[in-house]
Amino acid sequence: MNLTLKVWRQQGPSTPGRFETYEAKGVSEHISFLEMLDGVNERLLGEGKEPIAFEHDCREGICGTCSMVINGEPHGPVKGTTACQLHMRMFSDGNVITIEPWRARAFPIIKDLVVDRSAFDRIIQKGGFISANAGSAPDGNAVPIPKPDADAAFEAAACIGCGACVAACPNGSAMLFVGAKVSHLGHLPQGQPERDLRALGMVQQADAELFGNCTNHYECGEHCPKEIDVKVIAEMNRDFVRAAIRAEEPKQVAGSG
Amino acid sequence: MKLDAKIPSGPVQQKWDKHRFEMKLINPANKRKYRVIVVGSGLAGGSAAASLAELGYNVECVTYHDSPRRAHSIAAQGGINAAKNYQNDGDSVWRLFYDTVKGGDFRAREANVYRLAQVSAAIIDQCVAQGVPFAREYGGLLDNRSFGGAQVSRTFYARGQTGQQLLLGCYAALSRQIASGKVKMRNREEVLDIVVEGGRARGIVTRNLVTGKITTSAADAVVLATGGYANVFYLSTNAKACNATAVVRAWRRGAGFANPCFTQIPPTCIPVTDEHASKTTLMSESLRNDGRVWVPLKTGEKRAPGQIPESERDYYLERRYPSFGNLAPRDISSRAAKVVCDEGRGVGPTGRGVYLDFADAIKRLGKNAISAKYGNLFDMYRNISGEDPYEVPMRIYPAPHYTMGGLWVDYNLMTTVPGLYAIGEANFSDHGANRLGASALMQGLADGYFVLPYTIGDFLASAGPSKLTADAPCFAAVQKETEDRTKRLLSIGGKQSPDSFHIRLGKVMWERCGMARNRAGLEQALVEIPKIRDEFWKDLRVVGSGTELNQTLEKAGRVADFLEFAELMCLDALEREESCGGHFREEYQTSEGEAVRNDETFAHSAIWEWQEGGKRPIRHKEELEFENVHLATRSYK
Ligand SMILES: Cc1cc2nc3c(=O)[nH]c(=O)nc-3n(C[C@H](O)[C@H](O)[C@H](O)COP(=O)(O)OP(=O)(O)OC[C@H]3O[C@@H](n4cnc5c(N)ncnc54)[C@H](O)[C@@H]3O)c2cc1C
Ligand code: FES
Repeated sequence: MNLTLKVWRQQGPSTPGRFETYEAKGVSEHISFLEMLDGVNERLLGEGKEPIAFEHDCREGICGTCSMVINGEPHGPVKGTTACQLHMRMFSDGNVITIEPWRARAFPIIKDLVVDRSAFDRIIQKGGFISANAGSAPDGNAVPIPKPDADAAFEAAACIGCGACVAACPNGSAMLFVGAKVSHLGHLPQGQPERDLRALGMVQQADAELFGNCTNHYECGEHCPKEIDVKVIAEMNRDFVRAAIRAEEPKQVAGSG
Repeated sequence: MKLDAKIPSGPVQQKWDKHRFEMKLINPANKRKYRVIVVGSGLAGGSAAASLAELGYNVECVTYHDSPRRAHSIAAQGGINAAKNYQNDGDSVWRLFYDTVKGGDFRAREANVYRLAQVSAAIIDQCVAQGVPFAREYGGLLDNRSFGGAQVSRTFYARGQTGQQLLLGCYAALSRQIASGKVKMRNREEVLDIVVEGGRARGIVTRNLVTGKITTSAADAVVLATGGYANVFYLSTNAKACNATAVVRAWRRGAGFANPCFTQIPPTCIPVTDEHASKTTLMSESLRNDGRVWVPLKTGEKRAPGQIPESERDYYLERRYPSFGNLAPRDISSRAAKVVCDEGRGVGPTGRGVYLDFADAIKRLGKNAISAKYGNLFDMYRNISGEDPYEVPMRIYPAPHYTMGGLWVDYNLMTTVPGLYAIGEANFSDHGANRLGASALMQGLADGYFVLPYTIGDFLASAGPSKLTADAPCFAAVQKETEDRTKRLLSIGGKQSPDSFHIRLGKVMWERCGMARNRAGLEQALVEIPKIRDEFWKDLRVVGSGTELNQTLEKAGRVADFLEFAELMCLDALEREESCGGHFREEYQTSEGEAVRNDETFAHSAIWEWQEGGKRPIRHKEELEFENVHLATRSYK
């Protein structure tokens, strides 16, 4: 099939960007979207032009590196699928495809389709963990975890940290990402001791990183390649409010008697 | 090159305890005087960086990814082994040790493998404490599955995303240390060389992938946790960025490279059908727990799989290896697939494929049970192939996946360069000539959480601080070399892309140094590879500059190192005149096509020393002694 691509090109963070048009000819329906872009890049290089910078690594939908808005939708038209897992059989001859980077205040563009998502790392650093030094753990079966809890934790833990939720949200909110981590650890007994600190720390950091607020559009859930349930946002809000109230209560001080 | 494996004396069960007692300790207040650079943030590097920081060392962790969470470990699917014996099916440290030595076809060091089995249980405990959501039974206890090469169920898993969940646990631990200021995380930086001076590793040279700036950093010890080199084949199941640069550079700086020809080509990958394919995709071996492997009995069979009656199918693994059946180890299953395809009985458009059929399992357990176990793998398969594996059998074929070879390390995980360590897939490790499924995750985390944090202290306590800072002349010299090399890549001004060279190299490697190797083919490869390399340095095209994000330049540097490394792999394959594990030399097989090992001459690891001026590398040996698991022909019949 033959396609027309309109691709966002931007030399650096502070230079203005623009759409460039490229023809992709004789594309096989058996290859992936990124393999199609590889082909375009090989041709550009052959013509002495700079290839389109885009990020990718595993190409198996698990590392969360690939990140592009395809025809207005983060990761493209197929639900529950990352850009790297998108196959050309989903397109047809003559299609015009626009390709843009994630657009969000908290994800500055580095070049072309490559953005800086380090804000996500900084959010995790504010509590997205359980403090358990190597060597200090009890036996893995010491605390049985009901299967429904383990499964719920897993569902939330499936987040790949790609940032599609932010790119999809009209407010550029990161609440699906934060909620997924809060929910993952909140469903496990091991996650309880630091539950309050986690909710407070991560939400405050998300604000500090200039991610927007959640006003219940739920575009994030629609575009999450791992189909993380938006209910994690409600769970996170609950944890946050409870933690905020408890943080204000006077601390119990041990009596002298 | 001096090779001293430093294996502690005494019975194998007591070596690690004894060694831990004998190693020097650094008091907690002094640990913060030491700086350790960890290159890589996968399971090995991430766990090492976090654990070293927990102990009080100052750690810098470097990765070319935009975040430590993206390391290739994230893609591991099937699971992680541990000798917990939770299933009460006869597992033990000894059995895991035995299975690993035997599975590795008697080409691993017993003492290391025993230690790996010993610490395996603590890894599961650690991961559970971090919140890794492993699969559980209804009673709330941990679930297990079985994997190739074992007759017990000792594999822990988190659906088909075990690597992801383990890495996120490790990333969380690392994030906690970054927040506390004990780890300085350096994302989007690529290590392009190692600085060695006065017989000790002193630091690294990196290129910032966003600004292009090349800088040096000094440390008291450097740990390479940079993963494997299966991308030398171009098409592999590894992530696209995986490369051999760090280990090749270390090799050139004096670290011995062990058994480079030991590569793993597992049977369960999705066959490539298009010439523009950029990688292959692994379907977890755990699928072989419930899937049955078969091909048509007749050559040139044209019927759809569903139309072929039972009596005209050949379940060749069950036939040839009745006691392990579909769970025969990877190397054996892969070669068996190659044999039936060579006979013309392969399936799919290219004839390079075999069926992995779930019809019986779905009948027995129901579609829901199968979906709960393998749902995401089935989805992935459907996505890539466009076929529904609940309805038609999957098609699979072997593809390069993992590399057992790597930097030689002693019992302390130190390379032949003092102060330079290698952990995880980057070292030549514990898997001998063939790795059992679910053992790489175990080894990476064993190295990072429970071995290196002890052994590095012993070195630092005896050697003391390095005292050289990054403004010492030895750093400037290596920095200059790196800058020159980058400039050279940019200025060749030829016509061919880095990828086009990589694809050509991959074809040579797959044909001549893949699943089956022979003398003539390897000698041929040793002529072909230098030719491609010469052409690379004459006709490469890289556009853009070195002072910005330039993915073509990154790729070019990696391909340049693969071109150098590929030759070493073929040389090693040529010199090892036996068939063992993943290394199958066609000259050494039985009339039934089983591998013939030669313990008389080759019960050793081959360690290669780099030589100046393009001279042939020197081959050294570490003789392997088997005091506990007796050398025997590996049989899975
Ligand atoms: C598809 C797939 C499935 C697998 N499934 C399983 C399984 O089920 N069970 C199992 O046990 N094993 C499995 N394996 C194998 C296992 O995943 C790997 O062997 C293991 O994760 C390697 O971990 P590592 O930490 O050594 O390296 P990696 O995870 O590859 O990490 C390497 C790190 O080094 C960094 N790095 C490399 N070079 C440089 C450089 N020059 N400069 C800066 N940084 C650098 C990278 O950025 C990265 O952070 C699987 C492998 C694949 C490919
Ligand atoms: S490249 Fe890894 S998720 Fe797309």
